[in-house]
Amino acid sequence: MRGIVAQGKSSGTAEAVPLSRTLKRLAPFVKPVLPRLIGGFFCALGAGIVALAIPQVLAKLVNDVLAVNGASAQVWYAVGIITLLGFVEALLIFLRRQFVLNPAAGVEMTMRVGFYKHLQRLPVAFHERWGSGQLLSRSMSDLSLLRRWLAFGAMMLIVDTVTVITGLALMFTHSWILGLLFLLGSIPIAIKAYHFRNDFRAASRLSQDQAGDLATAVEESVHGIRVIKSFGRGRDIYEGFNEQAKSLQETELSKARTLASFLLTVVAIPETILGIGLVIGIAQVSAGTLSVGSLVAFFAIAAVIAIPVEAMGMLLGMTLSTKTALERHFEVMDSINDITSPEAPVRPAQYSGAVQLDHVRFAYPDDAGRARPILAEINLQIRPGETMALVGITGSGKSTLLNLVPRLQDATAGTVKVHGVDVRDWDLDELRTEIAVAFEDTTLFSTSIRENVLMGAPGDLAAEQREALLAEALDVAQAHFAYQLADGVDTLIGEEGLSLSGGQRQRIALARAIAARPRVLVLDDPLSALDVRTEEAVTERLRSVLSGTTTLVVAHRPSTVVLADRVALLRDGRIDAVGSHANLLSTNEHYRYVIASLDENEPEIRSEVAR
Amino acid sequence: MSRPLGVANEDAVTLTGAERKEVRRRSFRLLAALALPQKKLFIQTIVLVLFTNAARVLLPILIALAIDWTLPQVRQGNWAALGLTGGAYIVCANLAGVLLSWYIKCAARISQAMLLDLRQKVFRHTQRLSLEFHESYTSGRIISRQTSDLETLRELLDQGVSELASSCVFIVFTLISIFALDWRSGVVVCIAVLPVAVLFHWYQSRSEVLYRESRVVSARVISTFVETMTGIRAVKAFRRERANDANYADIAGQYRDNSVRSFNLFGVLQPGLVLIGNLTVAALLAYGGFRIIDGTLAVGVMVAILLAAKRVFQPMDEIAMFYSSLQSATAALEKVSGLLEEEPTVLEPRSPRSIDRVRGELVFQDAVFGYGDGPVVMDRFDLKIEAGQTVAVVGQTGAGKSTLAKLIARFYDLRSGSLELDAVPISELSNIELRRHVVMVTQEAFLFSGTVAENIALGRPGASLEEIHDAARAVGAHEFILDLPDGYDTDVNKRGGRVSAGQRQLISFARAFLADPAVLILDEATSSLDIPSERAVQHGLQTLLGNRTALIIAHRLSTVQIADRVLVVHDGKIVEDGSPEELIAAEGRFAALHQAWLDSLV
Ligand SMILES: Nc1ncnc2c1ncn2[C@@H]1O[C@H](COP(=O)(O)OP(=O)(O)OP(=O)(O)O)[C@@H](O)[C@H]1O
Ligand SMILES: Nc1ncnc2c1ncn2[C@@H]1O[C@H](COP(=O)(O)OP(=O)(O)OP(=O)(O)O)[C@@H](O)[C@H]1O
Ligand SMILES: [Mg+2]
Ligand SMILES: [Mg+2]
Repeated sequence: MRGIVAQGKSSGTAEAVPLSRTLKRLAPFVKPVLPRLIGGFFCALGAGIVALAIPQVLAKLVNDVLAVNGASAQVWYAVGIITLLGFVEALLIFLRRQFVLNPAAGVEMTMRVGFYKHLQRLPVAFHERWGSGQLLSRSMSDLSLLRRWLAFGAMMLIVDTVTVITGLALMFTHSWILGLLFLLGSIPIAIKAYHFRNDFRAASRLSQDQAGDLATAVEESVHGIRVIKSFGRGRDIYEGFNEQAKSLQETELSKARTLASFLLTVVAIPETILGIGLVIGIAQVSAGTLSVGSLVAFFAIAAVIAIPVEAMGMLLGMTLSTKTALERHFEVMDSINDITSPEAPVRPAQYSGAVQLDHVRFAYPDDAGRARPILAEINLQIRPGETMALVGITGSGKSTLLNLVPRLQDATAGTVKVHGVDVRDWDLDELRTEIAVAFEDTTLFSTSIRENVLMGAPGDLAAEQREALLAEALDVAQAHFAYQLADGVDTLIGEEGLSLSGGQRQRIALARAIAARPRVLVLDDPLSALDVRTEEAVTERLRSVLSGTTTLVVAHRPSTVVLADRVALLRDGRIDAVGSHANLLSTNEHYRYVIASLDENEPEIRSEVAR
Repeated sequence: MSRPLGVANEDAVTLTGAERKEVRRRSFRLLAALALPQKKLFIQTIVLVLFTNAARVLLPILIALAIDWTLPQVRQGNWAALGLTGGAYIVCANLAGVLLSWYIKCAARISQAMLLDLRQKVFRHTQRLSLEFHESYTSGRIISRQTSDLETLRELLDQGVSELASSCVFIVFTLISIFALDWRSGVVVCIAVLPVAVLFHWYQSRSEVLYRESRVVSARVISTFVETMTGIRAVKAFRRERANDANYADIAGQYRDNSVRSFNLFGVLQPGLVLIGNLTVAALLAYGGFRIIDGTLAVGVMVAILLAAKRVFQPMDEIAMFYSSLQSATAALEKVSGLLEEEPTVLEPRSPRSIDRVRGELVFQDAVFGYGDGPVVMDRFDLKIEAGQTVAVVGQTGAGKSTLAKLIARFYDLRSGSLELDAVPISELSNIELRRHVVMVTQEAFLFSGTVAENIALGRPGASLEEIHDAARAVGAHEFILDLPDGYDTDVNKRGGRVSAGQRQLISFARAFLADPAVLILDEATSSLDIPSERAVQHGLQTLLGNRTALIIAHRLSTVQIADRVLVVHDGKIVEDGSPEELIAAEGRFAALHQAWLDSLV
């Protein structure tokens, strides 16, 4: 148990920020609903007072008003008062909920939507590091904890504190010695509370993180189900999951133990003090320095405040969990988005279609130690309307380079220009309207083919124009198969499009890029899953579509290179050579190595090539 | 009902009578199945709760004792009495504390044990379900079953089943004391149970629908979230952010509305109960008041009755809260139990057969296959692949190559006909055995977050580092892996995002080599590789395939050179079958494909 708690501590995040600072960050969300929360607070207080008052009033009424041979009017009078109080109590409870729950749910939703919005804008690099389960748990359970705390925890904490302080003050009026004694009892509680706070906070943070990781594990186990099944590794994956689930369980149990030991203190110490107080009180009474009435009253008050004192233990735990949940939330909200539109975006003078990379250098953050960054010095000019192929060995940085154009990543140094304007000066949305991408892994969504293809299509099209666009894009990508599916282009294609064949997915992704009608098209190995025939057909149609569209296409095969006017060869983080396919083939040995299927065992092909 | 409903009507909020009955029943059955193993702990906690309460009840009694008995004793100089009372008080106080903390630990143990149990059940079950199921039931839903649905169960358990017990005990005792004081008043209190029951019933019927809806909507919130995060690149590149914002805000809004409605419902129940309690007290006051006037009831008794009646209703609050969590958890367990009810379409055999010495001969006979209820994809075919043969499968995209491969890997079962491995139908092999013999590298190279070594080791857990390195070397991945910041210990990130597409393929390739199966299926395993790497892989393949049966699907016909035999698949049929030379000579589809490929090379 210690180990886990300590581990949580060492992660550090729970330690640094005081509670008040975390809560202060809630202010913008809570401010608009503060009046209602305060209203709710007073209702809660009022309901508590009425609840306490009813028994007193009852006793008083029965003792004072009712008597043998009294008038029936007096009975009705008493009944009337109690009925009235009864309605008031119920009404206050009703109002408290009305006041508080709606705004608390509102705050929860606002923050949840804000979280999602922020995440969508955080750079791709962020998403690569964070599992979706971890993010999900921050968006769902953490925020619903906040709601419960706002609607219930925070309010009751205040109500209880007020009750306890009032009770204490009353105790002093009856006997200052006993009051003082009672107050002394709070010292060990405060010490214990201090330790409790640290331990519980750490455990709570750890359990929230572990729950997030567990959700990530579930997510991976589903997304990777094909691999797991094909290797029959269900058991191993399950064991991994089980281990995680068990450590979460252990953390939860250690949380419960921490809470239990705190509650032990909170219950036992005040009551022990009361026991001592009882002895002293009786002694005082017998000595005549204290009245019996005061002693009785003192203990009556003590009995009343025992309940909120105990509840405060639980509420403190809830508050701490909420704090760590909020920290987790703000941790993501605070992560810096370094890919944003500038204050004053520049518009290009002319939408020429030129793409230019000057002295571009790029290194992934975790690659700092490497002698040479992935992209060391890239200089590349793609003329308007030109199709440029990018060739290089596996892992040479082709996809990385492509990511720089629509600004999915920013270059570490140097500039990338589209239509002659630095991509960092563009309004991000406008820039990405200019550019459409077909990724090497297709990333489709579980909607219909139609929606997938028209994802990036201009929004202001009429229905028939959209249809025409869809038809054209599917035609260019040779994705006519779509019409033969059960519901045609409205067929749902399953999660990530996995109920399509590999080549079908790739063609849909290609159609999606084409349907966006960009001036600049970025294609990452777009034909890799196609057979030669289909590839030919797509290439042919693409060629006619691409004329006029500036295109950067990653190619692993000569057949894809055919699309291009010129070819750029990427090697060791530089553009080694640029030229036509034939030209490079004859002049550049590395190019031959990368792209030509020359092999000593393939004399037949060698002769083909030579021809 | 003959077939269980499963997840069929998962998104339905209003159910027909029969459906409702069934989903409720399976939900409670699951709850019972989870609770049953914790029987002992439950009893223990309930006993603890009772003792805790007893210890606490003793405290005020001790105070009364101190004033009524100890005080006079002390006045007479008997200080021992004071010590005794004070000591008893302190003992009881500490006992109450200890019991309370013990109780909390026990309750947490129950709650955590049940949650773990359910987590394991759901995880195991989803892993067991077939691909067919996973294709339509998205990961977002499974995650929502595993997270937010489980959360409701947790809330129920934390709400305190044992506190419920203590509340009930409290009510019963207080009620008895009222009857003891004056049975007529007791009857009046009992009559109040009637409106309480009506109120609960009203609440139950309304909240059931709301909570069911809540599960549906929350699953939608979660699915939307997960899908956006998984496809974030496309979201950005195609500027979906704003449209997604609106969509998500809409769904999250529905979720909030639903929550608010269920809060409001509870917001009627809770004060309603208080009101009924207070009115009952008022009724008792009226009834008793007249009897006091008549002189048939003593004032002291009356006060005691009224206070007791007020107290009877105090734990109602907790009962209501518990009831509401129960409704919410039941709705969630309706969904979870539905998922658990789904049966895999690809079943483990009851009495599995095994193959002593696997050779790797595959025989399809009269095989017909289509996905789900969809059209036939592979129409009535026979195919025999000899042990040790290397077979290349070529054909247009969408022809059915991967389908053929997935059938051999038993991702799906045939509609009719048979598939045998070494004369044993693969449906009669245990899953573990089948996976040991047949391994497929799927078209999608999926890496799990974790290190490179872990990802390769998935092929054979327990493989030594040496073996992992060898596998990587064999496919030509060793060099680039050593180049990564931490070599084999580099974390490849979510879905292997840390490495390039080609590198991902190499790693999944190495994984398959490490598995060392008798039948190896490679579905487009080199499509993202550059030509030199592809060539290296093929070199490796030639030596490594040895006398393994191999099925290699490739669009790049360079692979065909290492094949003994070529199958051409077209429109779900095997239209050509023979050695590469034969087929080229036959001038059919393959010859044309081959020519087209040769032309494409330069
Ligand atoms: N997110 C990342 N963080 C750190 N390094 C990365 C990341 N993504 C890729 N790399 C590394 O950068 C190099 C270039 O990767 P990139 O994906 O650009 O290659 P590529 O040329 O597209 O290769 P392929 O042909 O296989 O697709 C690789 O060595 C890879 O390991
Ligand atoms: N999970 C699935 N559910 C429904 N239909 C599917 C599923 N997977 C594939 N199909 C359909 O079955 C047909 C054959 O698909 P298959 O994946 O076998 O093609 P393939 O020959 O491997 O093509 P490719 O070369 O593009 O990978 C296609 O029409 C495809 O749409
Ligand atoms: Mg790439
Ligand atoms: Mg395929």
